[in-house]
Amino acid sequence: MSRFKDLQKNLFGGTTSNARQFGMIATLVGIVLIFQIWTNGLTLRSDNLIALFNQNSYILILAIGMLMVIVAGHIDLSVGSVAAFTGILVAKSMAEWDLPWPAAIVFGLVIGAAIGAWQGFWVAYIGVPAFIVTLAGMLLFRGGNQYIGNANTIPVPEGFRKIGSGFLPEVGPSTGYNNLTLLLGLAACLAVIWRELQSRKTRREMDADPAPMWISILRMAVMVGVIVFASLRFASGRVGTSFPISGIILVALVLAYSFYTRNTAGGRHIYAVGGNSRAAELSGVKLKRVNFFVMMNMSILAALAGMIFVARSAASGPQDGNGWELDAIAAVFIGGAAVSGGIGTISGSIVGGLVMAVLNNGLQLQGVGTDKVQIIKGLVLLLAVALDVYNKRQGRFSIIGSLTRGLRRDTPSGAPPSSSDAGREPARTTVSG
Amino acid sequence: MNAAAPILLEMRSITKEFPGVKALADVNLVVRAGEIHAICGENGAGKSTLMKVLSGVYPYGTYDGQIVYQGAETRFSDIRASEHAGIVIIHQELALIPDMSIAENIFLGNEPRKRGAIDWKAANRMALDLMARVGLQEDPDTLIKDIGVGKQQLVEIAKAFAKDVKLLILDEPTAALNEADSRHLLDLLRGFRSRGITSIMISHKLNEIEAIADQITILRDGRTVETLNIQDGVDEDRIVRGMVGRELSSRFPDHTPKIGEVFFEVRDWNVRHPISAERQVCKNESFVVRRGEIVGFAGLMGAGRTELAMSVFGRSYGVFESGTIVKDGKEIVLKSVADAIAHGLAYVSEDRKALGLNLLDDIKASTVAAKLSKISRHGVLDEVREYQAAESYRRDLRTKAPTVDEGVAKLSGGNQQKVVLAKWMFTDPDLLILDEPTRGIDVGAKYEIYGIIQRLADQGKGVIVISSELPELIGLCDRIYTVFEGAITGELARADADPETLMKQMTSTKKMQTR
Repeated sequence: MSRFKDLQKNLFGGTTSNARQFGMIATLVGIVLIFQIWTNGLTLRSDNLIALFNQNSYILILAIGMLMVIVAGHIDLSVGSVAAFTGILVAKSMAEWDLPWPAAIVFGLVIGAAIGAWQGFWVAYIGVPAFIVTLAGMLLFRGGNQYIGNANTIPVPEGFRKIGSGFLPEVGPSTGYNNLTLLLGLAACLAVIWRELQSRKTRREMDADPAPMWISILRMAVMVGVIVFASLRFASGRVGTSFPISGIILVALVLAYSFYTRNTAGGRHIYAVGGNSRAAELSGVKLKRVNFFVMMNMSILAALAGMIFVARSAASGPQDGNGWELDAIAAVFIGGAAVSGGIGTISGSIVGGLVMAVLNNGLQLQGVGTDKVQIIKGLVLLLAVALDVYNKRQGRFSIIGSLTRGLRRDTPSGAPPSSSDAGREPARTTVSG
Repeated sequence: MNAAAPILLEMRSITKEFPGVKALADVNLVVRAGEIHAICGENGAGKSTLMKVLSGVYPYGTYDGQIVYQGAETRFSDIRASEHAGIVIIHQELALIPDMSIAENIFLGNEPRKRGAIDWKAANRMALDLMARVGLQEDPDTLIKDIGVGKQQLVEIAKAFAKDVKLLILDEPTAALNEADSRHLLDLLRGFRSRGITSIMISHKLNEIEAIADQITILRDGRTVETLNIQDGVDEDRIVRGMVGRELSSRFPDHTPKIGEVFFEVRDWNVRHPISAERQVCKNESFVVRRGEIVGFAGLMGAGRTELAMSVFGRSYGVFESGTIVKDGKEIVLKSVADAIAHGLAYVSEDRKALGLNLLDDIKASTVAAKLSKISRHGVLDEVREYQAAESYRRDLRTKAPTVDEGVAKLSGGNQQKVVLAKWMFTDPDLLILDEPTRGIDVGAKYEIYGIIQRLADQGKGVIVISSELPELIGLCDRIYTVFEGAITGELARADADPETLMKQMTSTKKMQTR
């Protein structure tokens, strides 16, 4: 194996989750750099980065839930309507019933849970396909929003707006930067280094050779570099702006759900159900419970996204959340999830969502009209997934797949593949030889 | 008859490489017109790859070597080209559409037309004709899902005839069939031979090959080992020797059972069909399992053995009506698979790809899938313990895979089965129910799996083996129950079990005298 291939494999592949994430982030960085050059530096300006996050955090929150729904083998078309329905009720609760805004947030999450329980019931316990249940939900809750709100907009109070348009406050000595954002960046850097070292340790405990030390260091250096750059950008925005609160909510959710889907039994059950529901059932997985949970969880996240959007736009209106389901679904598939379920990662979906967001943002900065932006986004979605499908069929290196799943299915270079009779008839994996 | 027959097909030094793997190396195959030519070999020997080269799945140019068919070199670009030349392959997994009728399936993609529209009158008439040729007596309008696997196989063959077949290739044609259907199919093949149709048959069932084949080509590790002529007195042992390259002293490992007390008992088990409630699939069935005992369940396809096993395993099949399960002297109620696993039951299904494994998983994740609690603390999985568990089973069961990171979809049948066994051994069961544990697995791997089963029994576990192969039950089990139409009709100790007695009880409605 050539040295270049070795490097490529160690940087972009490997069996550790760190390496996979690194590969995905590298792709995103590439796209950002293209736009950075094309827009003469506009893309990475502080105000633009902050706006980018603010405008897309709710879609990315939806992508988290959507990933789990899609991995379990379902789909949710109702998220935009659920977000709008929750938004109007929460706005009304504060405007007319004088609910304090923290209580209103809890109220919104409860609405989301109730809607989720309703949809989960039909999907999991009655067996109606999620496509139908959520198509019905899409109509139901869109209509509900307009019925309750009388097709009017209802403004929300100042305190509530924080979750959508608030920023980390200015505290501590005057450094010319937002101190909390810097601290956040520092914490992220330490976390990256800790995880890399942790994964080396895990590899050793598995009797596998970790990647050479210099690769780990290079990997850490690049990650830390990106984080330092981003935190400096976020911290040096217009006074009063910094890392957005909605971004913090997003980061917290991404970390929590990544951990849940990857490192817990519950998370693995979702993949098992999506990969082969009958086999999962016969392995003791409570199928109905898993299906109920992913549908309910999705609606709770949709409710949260709806509230963040309402907070950002300072009012709830009848057109909120239109088309969100499609953005969320696109993010998940660009992020490498399989239409048939069982495959996909949270981080992949986030990167998928960010790719769309950066594309949208960059094209708008260039003054490309929304008509053309839609055409381009449609083609990007189609081509990204088509490339993935094509590469998989050719049995070649799959770009998106490898970014999200790494090369874990690959034979390590040390072991001779011919020692396994499995490899001998690669195209046929049936019981007969 | 066929030594002098003209050569229909000759494949000359076929070599097919996949990235990093040589699947076929210099393989030669000579098939004479009008013979039944069997191809034998262990899983991964290259049988299916060779057939894919022949049928154009791997088109000309992707392999090295020559295919001479009907006296001229052919270069198939795809399956349609080979079918056009009269070469039709029938895969083990039938390619029929369950919700379409027999006639619709026979003419799928090949519909007789009149002025652009499908001529259903002609289709039905031609279908009846084709069905008669394969001995299938059904209404051509019957839906595929309403007929059994054996008849579905016949529909596939009728479909091949609709394409004017000259060379029929059957991949494991009897793997899913019961004895009666298998016999019918083999008779059919003999009939084709007498009418001059050439067949190539891939099979793991050596007794069938011995009974029907004229020539046997043996592949091993992607190479042709030899071609045997059945007239030279070839028997099963001779074939096995060629396949594994060594003499298997016995088809079953030596084993002295260490049988203990009865620890698992099912009494008066009644279960109804999940959809048609008037059908009773388990009728008052009772059985016992002792520690260290391997108990066989013999029966024809559809006798209700799988249904019995699955309904006991946490009611995963059918509608439970009545019955009790007693384990270690205490009555237990298993309402879900999770309950069953918690009480030390394990069920290895007959269909490892549809029910046993998530083919997207790697060996690691598959091994621990049925008991994640063992490798987790407070629901958080420990990657290192997962790896160690999977690795120890891989070594222990000698699963052929470079690492436990290998996807299970890439493994051969025998190795997939070892992963499924590991998955259930990992749950520390007291009772293992193995449903067709060696289906579609080659001889060498079968021997190993028998050894694993015996080891499990020796650890004091009870093992139930459901199998359609009587020699397997007789060779492996200490005691055998026979099942017929949802009822247990007999119980034989190993010493009394012979194929005739078993077959008689497997087909008799008379309930035996319970002891």
